[in-house]
Amino acid sequence: MEQLRYEAPSTVDEAIAFLAAAGGEARILAGGTDLLVQLRAERIEPGLIVDVKRIPELTEISKGDGGFRIGAAVTGAELGEHADVKRAWPGVVEAVELIGSVQIQGRASMGGNLCNASPAADSVPALIAAAATAAIAGPGGRREVPVEEVGTGPGQTSLAKGEIVTSLFLPARAAHSGDAYLRFIPRTEMDIAVVGAGVSLTLDDAGTCSAARVALGAVAERALLVAEAAEALVGSKGDDAALDNLAAAASAAARPIDDMRGTKVYRIKVAGVMARRAAQSALERARQN
Amino acid sequence: MVKLHVTASVNGDGVEFLCEPEETLLDVLRDGLHLTGSKEGCASGDCGACSVMLDGRLVCSCLVLGAEVQGRTIETIEAMATGDELHPLQQKFLEHAALQCGICTPGFLVAAKALLERNPDPSETETRFWLAGNLCRCTGYDKIIRAVLDAAAEMRAG
Repeated sequence: MEQLRYEAPSTVDEAIAFLAAAGGEARILAGGTDLLVQLRAERIEPGLIVDVKRIPELTEISKGDGGFRIGAAVTGAELGEHADVKRAWPGVVEAVELIGSVQIQGRASMGGNLCNASPAADSVPALIAAAATAAIAGPGGRREVPVEEVGTGPGQTSLAKGEIVTSLFLPARAAHSGDAYLRFIPRTEMDIAVVGAGVSLTLDDAGTCSAARVALGAVAERALLVAEAAEALVGSKGDDAALDNLAAAASAAARPIDDMRGTKVYRIKVAGVMARRAAQSALERARQN
Repeated sequence: MVKLHVTASVNGDGVEFLCEPEETLLDVLRDGLHLTGSKEGCASGDCGACSVMLDGRLVCSCLVLGAEVQGRTIETIEAMATGDELHPLQQKFLEHAALQCGICTPGFLVAAKALLERNPDPSETETRFWLAGNLCRCTGYDKIIRAVLDAAAEMRAG
C-alpha cells in the first residue's frame, strides 16, 4: 500500500495543485465524518489527504449578491448558529442540523455532505430546492454550477481531477418565501433518510404560489429536482388539490431501490407524503414573512 | 516512515507529538500522550465515548486526524476534575449511580459539560437530544439524565 500523505494548504490554489499532482487516489478532508470512517473501514485507500479547513474561503460565511456564500467546510454547528442564514433559509439549516449528533455537527459540512454523494444526504435536497449553486475551483479555473449537477450517483460527482467545491451560494430571497426539509427515518434522531424532501417557494401578495422548487433524496441514485411537483404548486394557494398533485408528482418521480431501510414501493409512497408535508411547512413559513 | 510533527494545547498544556497521517486524535491522546480517559467504542463517530472539546466544539476524537490539530486547543476528560476535587457532573454521576462499566462515562461527562456551558438550565428533552450522540449499553439513560439535570441545578445554585 502506498504511504498516505497529509497536506493542509492555506489557499485554494495550493489545494488544487496538490490534488492535480497526486499520482494515486486523493481525498479532500473537510469535517472528516465520512472520510475517516471510510479510511478506517479500508473502503478507500488514498495516497493523499488534503485538509481544506486551513483555507479561509472554505471556512467562512459571507453575505453577497443578496444571498449567503457558505464555505464548503463550514460546520453544521456554525451554520446553525448563524441567525441571518437561519432566518432566510430555515429549511436548509434544518436539513444540515439533522445530520448526526452534536459531535458530528461540530465537524460535518455541507461541502462534505454534497461531495460524499450519498443519495440520502440530508442537506442536498434542501440545497437543490433552494436553487443553491456550488462554487468549484480546479486546474482549469473556477465555475459555478447548480447543486443538482454535482452528485451523479452513490459516491460519484461531476468534479474533475483536481477540482474542489469551495462554497455553496444561497441566493437572495424574495418577500413571502419559505423553505423546509423533512425526512423519514424509523427513529427520532441520527439515522439515514429513508426518504427526504426539500421544498422552497415564494408567494405573491395575494398568497398565490409564484415560484417553487421541490427536491427528493434517497429515492434515486442521486437527489432529484422534481419540476412536475413544483408545477403542481405554482398558481395555487397551497390548497389540498394542489398538494395532492404535488404528492402524486413526487411519487411518480421517485425511482428508489429496495434496501435495508425501506422497500421500493414504500419509498415511492412516502416520497409523496414527505414532499406534501415539506410543502405545507414551507407554505406556513412563506405566509409569515 | 515519515511522521508529522504537531504542536497543540491539550488541557492547558502545550504538547508536541509525532503522528502518522492516518492516526486519529484519539490514537494520539491514548497511545502518544497517555491520556486514556477518552475511550474507543465504535471508532466511527456513533458512540461518543471518545468525545473531547476541540477549539471549544464537542467532537468525536476518533473522527479527527492527529495531524489536523496543529495549533488547536483540546480539552479531554482529564481536565474535568480540579486536582482531587470532582466536577459537579462527576460527583452527580457517582451519587446517581449513572455508570456501570464506565466506558461511556468520560464521553457523557465531556458532552454534558459542553451542554451546561451553553445552556445552564436545559430541559430533560434538550438534555436527551444533546446526549443522543453518546451511547450507553449498560446503565440505560435515565440515571445519566437525572445526574446531569441534578448537576445543572447544583451549578446554577452556585
